[in-house]
Amino acid sequence: MATVPHLQINNLRAKIEDKEILKGLNLEIKGGEIHAIMGPNGTGKSTLASTLMGHPKYEVTGGEVSLNGEDLLEMAVDERARAGLFLAMQYPSEITGVTNSDFLRSAINARRGEGNEISLMKFIREMDGKMSTLEMDESFAHRYLNEGFSGGEKKRNEILQMMMIQPNICILDEIDSGLDIDALKVVASGVNEMRSEDRGFLIITHYQRLLNYVKPDFVHVMMQGRIVKSGGPELAERLEAEGYDWIKAELGIEDETVNAE
Amino acid sequence: MGTDTQLRFDQEAIKQYSQTNQEPSWFLEQRIAALALTQTLELPKLEKTKIDKWNIDQFHPFQTEASVETIAELAEIVKELVDVQGVSSLLIQKNASVIYKQVADELKAEGVIFTDLATALREHGELVQKYMHTAVKADEHRLVALHAAACNGGTFLYVPKNVEVKVPVQAIYQVAGNDSLIAPHVVIIAEANSRVTYVDSFVNGEGSNMVASSVVEAFVGSNALVQVASVHSVSDQVHDYSFRRAVVEQDGRIEWILGEMNDGNTVAGNESILKGKGSTADTKSITIGTGKQRSNLTSKVQHYGTHTDSQMLSKGVMTDEAVAILNGITKIEKGAEKANGEQAENILMLSEKARGDANPILLIDEDDVTAGHAASVGRVSEESLYYLMSRGIERRQAERLVIIGFLDPVVAEIPIEGVKDRLRQAIERKLG
Repeated sequence: MATVPHLQINNLRAKIEDKEILKGLNLEIKGGEIHAIMGPNGTGKSTLASTLMGHPKYEVTGGEVSLNGEDLLEMAVDERARAGLFLAMQYPSEITGVTNSDFLRSAINARRGEGNEISLMKFIREMDGKMSTLEMDESFAHRYLNEGFSGGEKKRNEILQMMMIQPNICILDEIDSGLDIDALKVVASGVNEMRSEDRGFLIITHYQRLLNYVKPDFVHVMMQGRIVKSGGPELAERLEAEGYDWIKAELGIEDETVNAE
Repeated sequence: MGTDTQLRFDQEAIKQYSQTNQEPSWFLEQRIAALALTQTLELPKLEKTKIDKWNIDQFHPFQTEASVETIAELAEIVKELVDVQGVSSLLIQKNASVIYKQVADELKAEGVIFTDLATALREHGELVQKYMHTAVKADEHRLVALHAAACNGGTFLYVPKNVEVKVPVQAIYQVAGNDSLIAPHVVIIAEANSRVTYVDSFVNGEGSNMVASSVVEAFVGSNALVQVASVHSVSDQVHDYSFRRAVVEQDGRIEWILGEMNDGNTVAGNESILKGKGSTADTKSITIGTGKQRSNLTSKVQHYGTHTDSQMLSKGVMTDEAVAILNGITKIEKGAEKANGEQAENILMLSEKARGDANPILLIDEDDVTAGHAASVGRVSEESLYYLMSRGIERRQAERLVIIGFLDPVVAEIPIEGVKDRLRQAIERKLG
């Protein structure tokens, strides 16, 4: 029944307050594909993630985004999630008083809809299994959502949510920042376990490091609020080895950040 | 005093009730003296809250009710508070009558007294006299004087030294019928090295123009631990006045967990007096303001002993056109060296027309101390809602999760499951 997921971004422009950050971005992601977006700081990578999810601070000023043929930009944040979009956030919120497991069950049931709620037993079984894949202590199920979690624990928790919710398009926003190599491997194994024809990924990262463990099909470089270069996995390797200057030189870019006019 | 404030009971009514309950003469004399005080004393001065138009004294205090033999016969609203598995000592008072009482045999065997006030006055009169109205005095203001004159029940809990009462004891107070009063007086005496948890709930039945007027006095002996959890969830037909105070001796500890879930106007004053060296107090309270209700909720700690420590946390959720004043007072007296007092008041505003004031007050007369306060009044964070919604949860449900979560750290501390469940229900009900 499931059609292959398809996210289409055309000429997307977005601003925060009065500052335009995305300046005409194009990208297409289909089920089965893993895309990586790389780029130096301040080039609009995280803005892209937040804009796609519908963060209230970002305002879309132009372009279109469709998810499986539907207008994503018309949807509220929760509707985007229920349509299959997921964003593993760089800075997840801490929510006092809401336990991780209650939250996750609410999220799963929100997607499944009324009358089709997951049974408690099945939920616990799945959560236990995925927490063990991510090497998370059982106590995390009953702790308040992200409260007092270390940076690495928060990142694992984002991946746990992704694994439990089973979205169609997954965006990982700097999921690797602040992780040591062991944690990185654990997170990567979670992502690899999710890899499927029914699911597309967009991995936003500074570093090649994560891509050693999660092999991307496409690598894009972002500068000045748009994608300026695309290629295969070899592009990430060259960036790791040589940095970004050669791209800037090739394209005649002096200031790669969105501040550049 | 005008005719409109004419009381609906007189000295004769008090005498009659006192005789029926075979109260000792000193207690009747106290009542009569308090009755006289109601004519001269002023109402308490409350920060930003005028209560002179509230129902202060228009009630019939001595309405008797039939007792019940089993828990099954209790009104539904009372029955669901009873945790049959978790509690073995239970006292239920409706208006001026104890309608059910059950005391665990183990308590009796250990010398613990858990009984209604009238029985305590008859059987342990001297012990009651030694403590009653020594922490909360009848002449403090008119509300306490009215309580002292019209007191129509309550609980007496005495724990001998070195006795640890493992299972919480519970009391339920129900007011019902037009112009009724529930006015329990609770005396808790925990001797040295003892431990006890007392949990009470205030509910109401049908009726209008009702009043709840309660006093709790807790005497915490050296190195003793007393935990008092109290959930008030009466309707907008009840005006509720409660004054609770603990006096804590050396290395003793008082813990308060308070759920102010009324729909009607409420005044609550909660105070811990840290008398002994190294004594400590922890006060956690939550409230939800709905409709047009007015609340004035004060938590206070007075530090006298050296090395005393107090923690206060008050959380309020305000919606509709409700107004709540949350006062936190940390008072450190001269000589209370090395004392530490921390307090926080956090208010979550859900509507434009609601009002919530957080007033942290530090009064410090000693140099060698530490104290701090944190107060916040805010709205549900958009960032939190965004995060929850990004997982598919609808906005309305996300808001509820955040609001209920805001209160949960206090709710989770309620020691009796039945009372905790009821408190959660009260939260759900109040949030609509």
